[in-house]
Formats: sequence, structure tokens, C-alpha cells
Amino acid sequence: MDLTRRNLLKRSSLAAAAIAAPHLWLPTAREAWGATLKKGEPIKVGLLFSLTGQLAVPEEDSTLVMQYAIDEINKNGGIAGHPIQPVIVDAKSDFNVYSEKAKELIIREKVIALFGCYTSASRKAILPVVMSQNSLLYYPTCYEGAECTQNTICTGPLANQHSKDLIPYMVKNFGKKVFFVGSNYVWPKESNKNAKIWLQEAGGELLGEEYIPLGSSEFGPVLGKIRDAKPNFIFSTVVGASDIAFHKQFKQEGFKVDSMPIASLTTGEIETKAMGPEFGAGHFLSAPYFQTLDNPTNQKFVENFLKSKYGKNGSTHYNMEETYLSAYVFKAGLEAAIKKTGNVEEVTSRMIRDVSGGVRVEDAVSPEGLIWIDGDNFNTWLKPKIGQCQADGSFKVVSQAAEHVAPDPYSIYPNAGKCTAAGLVAPDGKNRKNVI
Amino acid sequence: MTSLDIAPFANALVLGASIASIWLIAAIGLTIIYGTVGVINMAHGEFIMLGAYTSYALQSFLGLPFLLCLPASFAVVALVGLAIERGLIRYLYNRPLDTLLATWGVSLVLMQGVRLIFGSDPKYIAVPEIFQSNVEVGFASLSVFRLVVIGVTALVVAATAWLFYRTRFGMQVRAVMQNKEMAASFGINADRVYMTTFAIGAGLAGLAGSLFGVLAIVLPTMGTAYVVQAFLVVVVGGGTLLGSVAAAGLTGELQSVFAFLTNDTFARFLLYVLIVVFLRFRPRGLFAVAKARR
Repeated sequence: MDLTRRNLLKRSSLAAAAIAAPHLWLPTAREAWGATLKKGEPIKVGLLFSLTGQLAVPEEDSTLVMQYAIDEINKNGGIAGHPIQPVIVDAKSDFNVYSEKAKELIIREKVIALFGCYTSASRKAILPVVMSQNSLLYYPTCYEGAECTQNTICTGPLANQHSKDLIPYMVKNFGKKVFFVGSNYVWPKESNKNAKIWLQEAGGELLGEEYIPLGSSEFGPVLGKIRDAKPNFIFSTVVGASDIAFHKQFKQEGFKVDSMPIASLTTGEIETKAMGPEFGAGHFLSAPYFQTLDNPTNQKFVENFLKSKYGKNGSTHYNMEETYLSAYVFKAGLEAAIKKTGNVEEVTSRMIRDVSGGVRVEDAVSPEGLIWIDGDNFNTWLKPKIGQCQADGSFKVVSQAAEHVAPDPYSIYPNAGKCTAAGLVAPDGKNRKNVI
Repeated sequence: MTSLDIAPFANALVLGASIASIWLIAAIGLTIIYGTVGVINMAHGEFIMLGAYTSYALQSFLGLPFLLCLPASFAVVALVGLAIERGLIRYLYNRPLDTLLATWGVSLVLMQGVRLIFGSDPKYIAVPEIFQSNVEVGFASLSVFRLVVIGVTALVVAATAWLFYRTRFGMQVRAVMQNKEMAASFGINADRVYMTTFAIGAGLAGLAGSLFGVLAIVLPTMGTAYVVQAFLVVVVGGGTLLGSVAAAGLTGELQSVFAFLTNDTFARFLLYVLIVVFLRFRPRGLFAVAKARR
């Protein structure tokens, strides 16, 4: 550590604190001001989503479905007799607010775990806080991977569970030539890096790659380039309001879905409802969950959710389902931790995470079917599916993986090493903790 | 440039005209409000949003056909603008910087109000089947709906020009713009001129909103995307109608051509840099009015 003024100040103030209050240096001190559970008292968890601003559309649904899941768990007796108490904050679609609120939830509210974020940008904004407090973040949606931290559990698909089946499926059914369109931020760019590799393996050909500013609704220039390039299909990582504009203008500019469908990683039930089903019909989506999945658990989930007070938006979609699962993954993890210590008051956030490797959400609870948490990288084993949007805006599953697919956060970076429970182990044997 | 890629380039120019029309119709209400009343209206984007929601509500609750929703959104948002002018803006005419804060507050209230009434999930405006197709004329290809936007924009510009340069009301407006006190001493009710102008400006934003709702999405936050472009056009144009037409045409074409030559993100960057440089040399815009401002 070099001796800058800031460090010097920090050190001297720490030294002063040490003289004044030596007990601060006791090893247990850290946990003393972290979250603690008390016998017979509710378990506090933080819901860190945006209820206003550009991200409110997906994240308000996440908050609602979390409240629904918590109600459901509480109605069935809570976790080891403790009810869950959600602390809901509004991150206002602002990355600074995400990190402030994360701090507030962990330090002041003393929540045992956070459920939050929809974009990789906000996740990366709060991770330093979560890691420095040794807390626990449930990240409940798809992301690009290439992270290995000791304080997160993710219940959505990674790139290797998301686009790996979609690209060969599209190449086989529509042709080799593809055009990539994405929103201009980290997740689409990383996803496309992955997709390029799957495309190469499938023998496809990339005709062009374009990025649109987040929130932009002008797709004229991009569609002009696509018209000239004449691909067989479009691979889209456009998100949010832009995605709806993209599908609308695709049809308005005279493109035909039969000869050039859009294969998307994000255009689900909520988007097709917002754009009008006539603009969504015929396009493809890769996701582990669709509202129309034909199994009794899902039918019960959809029916109960839509008639609950949280179901006013009228649909369930992959992002909500992954968020719903995170509540049950938390429940299973906490139960395992309580069983291990035998005393709820000894359970810490980190302990829940460490015993969550291998926890399962069974067919009877999980609307998408059995999933479990990987014991090394703490992402989710799941069955990727491909759906095609129908004339009424719902999705029909056209392809489904036969077996569960393992999450692999470094699938396209074999040289980075292997993500383990204790950190990222590089090929030379070095172990690095908390790699983001 | 070889003869081979002339066609796509010409197509980019046609598209540029369409982008220009979108930017212009977003900016025209602001031009009137800023150029005439001198209010920096931060709630302009939310007037656009209100227009989209008006169309949505009229269509899904009353079953009004889309083409009738256009004038209806104009009327409804003009009334909202009128109420805001009477209730708030008129007390702030002598404090232009305060209008900036006050209208920003109004924008937050409108956004949250709409969220409370309609929820924050996106809404959907249905349009006739014919608006969902495109036309091809030789090399150029453009969607019917973009042609509709161009047509409506041309109509609005013509009507506004007529209103402000060919009618008695327009003459009064221009007199008040030049010197409020002098105009008042000649018997012009400046207060009423301001009120009417503000309402018309708000109404035009509402009209634009019902078009944008079809082109993109209906959301409580949709206005923020357009208000920046609108201000850009007004500032570059200098606050006059002719200036806004020229500025929108120029920026729209440049955006389209830059995006054709490079990519969308870089085009926007390049455009903003050019605008900053331009404003360094012509801080009052393309067609600045030579007059003593309030």
C-alpha cells in the first residue's frame, strides 16, 4: 500500500480508534455489526429493485413476485418458524442509488440477504458493498457470467444456458446468416461475445453487429443496414423500451417474420403484451420459463399469482419466475444453515451462502421444474428452452434441453480458470477471491 | 462513394427526413412555448407522455379510432397545459430560471400521477393494419407510419406558420414577444396571449405523443427520451419556427447519414460534438431573433 494522504488518514484514524476502543479489533466484531437473526423474530431481507425510472417495468414485477413468494412462505409457516419480513426500497433506476440503498439495507436495516437488480450494470454497482460487508446477494435474472464472487447466488441462466442452444436452433431452421443487434451496455456485448463462439461452432456467418443506446427508440438506421445485409435471422439483445420499439419498427418497415425472425434473449410475455401481440408473433425467445409451461406446479403458480393482489400486471414471465425461485433457494439455504448450527442466532449471511451449494427447488415448488444451485460457482442448474411467440402473445415451447445444463460462468474464457466456492482458481493454481 | 452504394445512401437520406420529422414534431410545441413565452418548459416530455396516454385511454376505454385520437390528444393536453399555465406558470413570467425548476417539478408530478393511475407497465396503442406495412418507391423504402408522421409534421408546421404569421392572433403574439409592455399599452391582452400560446404548445406536444406511442412505447417515463432532442432542436434553431425546421432537418439528416456510415451510438456522439462546436460559434442558434429579450 503506498503512502497517500488518504491512506495515512485512514490508518491514523484507525489507530486512534484502536486506542480508544480496543474491542473493535476482536475477530467477531465484524459479525457483530452485520446482520443477526433473533429467535422468534422475523427474518429481514432487502428487496432492492427500481420502482421508478427506466428500469421500473421489469423490476416492479420483481418486487411484486418477491412479496408474493414471501407471503406464500409465511403462510406455510415461514422458515424454521420465523416469518420473513421484506424491507422494500426504490433504487430509482440510478446506479448510485443502488449502491447507497444496498449499504443502507445491510448496515442500518441489518438484512440477512438482498434480492435485487435486473441489469449487470446495477449488480456491478452494488457488489463491492455486498462483498465488503460479507453479505449475500440473490441476483434473480439472466446475466453474462465472467464473475466469481463469494457473496452471490444467481437463479437465472448464464450465457452458456441461454444462447448456446438458441443459435444452433436458428441456424438449423432458418439459415447460416445472422445479424446481431443489442443495447449498448455490458450484458449485450458479453452475450454477443458468447454468441459468436456458438455461431462459429454451428457453422453460421455473422453479417453485422450494431448497438443502440439504452432507451433509444429509433431503429431506422439499423433496420436499413439489416435490409442491405439480408440475414436469415436476427439475434437480439436489445432490452427494455427499446426492444418494444425494435419489434414494432421491424414490422412497420416491412420485414417479414417468416423469412427473418428475431431470436431474442429477453423479449418475453411482458414485452409482447406491451408491443401488441401482432408485433411479437413468430419471433423466438430463449428462457428457462414461459407462462404457458404445461405442468401442474406452473398452472397453480400462474393461477394463484394472477388472482393475488400482486398479479395486477396480468402475466408471469421468465424474470419473475427466476425471482420467485430465489426466495425458495433462500429458504432452503437458510434451513440448511439453521440445521448445521442448530441455533438460528449463529447464522450469518455468508454461512447461508456456503451451505447453499446443491440446494434444490423441487418440481412441486419450481414452476420451470427442478433446479439446483451449483456447489462451485453458485449459479443454477436448469433446462434451457426455446419458445416461439404465438398470435395471442403467449409462447409455445419449440425446443427443450433433455438434461439439466451446468452453469459455466467462464465458458468462453477457459484461460481464466475455474470458479470454486472459495474463489477463482487460475490454471497456475492461484486463487483469487471476489472476481468481478 | 461509388455508384454501387448510392441506393443505400439515398435510402439513408430518406430515413433522415423521417428522423427529422420525429425530432421536429417533438420540438415544435417547445419552440412555441420557449420562443414566445420564454418559459424553459422541463415538463415538455411529460406533455408528450400525456398525449400518448390520452390516446391509449380514449382508444381502450371509449373505443375511439386512432386517427381521431390525434386531435383528441391535442385538445386534452392543451387543456392540461392551460390549467398548469393558469395555476402556476403565470406567476413566474418574470423569473425565467424559476420556471425551469417549477416545470421540472410539474414533470415529476405528472409522471408519478400517471404511474398511480395507469401503473408502470407499458401500454399499447392499436393502429389500422395499413400503418403496419411499408412502401417501396424505386430505391427507397419507408414504413407507412413514418410517412404519416412526416405528413402530420408538415401539416402542423404549416398550421403553426399560418397561425403566427397570417392571423390577427399571430400578430399580437409577435407584438408581445417584441415588447410586452408596449404591446399591452396598445390594448393587447398579453396575459391571454401567453395563456393561449402555452396551451397550444402543450397541445402540440400531446399530438406528438400519440404518434410516438405507436412508433415506440407508452410508459410514464417515455417523455424523458424526447425532451433532450426537443431542446436540442430548439436551441440549435434559435427558438423560431423556421429555425426549428432547419435545425431538425439538419440534425435528423446528419444523425441518419452518420449512423449509415458508422453506427448509431457513434453517430449520436458525433452529432452532439458538432452541436457543441456550432453553439460555440453561434450561441444564439441558426436563426436568432435580433431583439432585446425580456
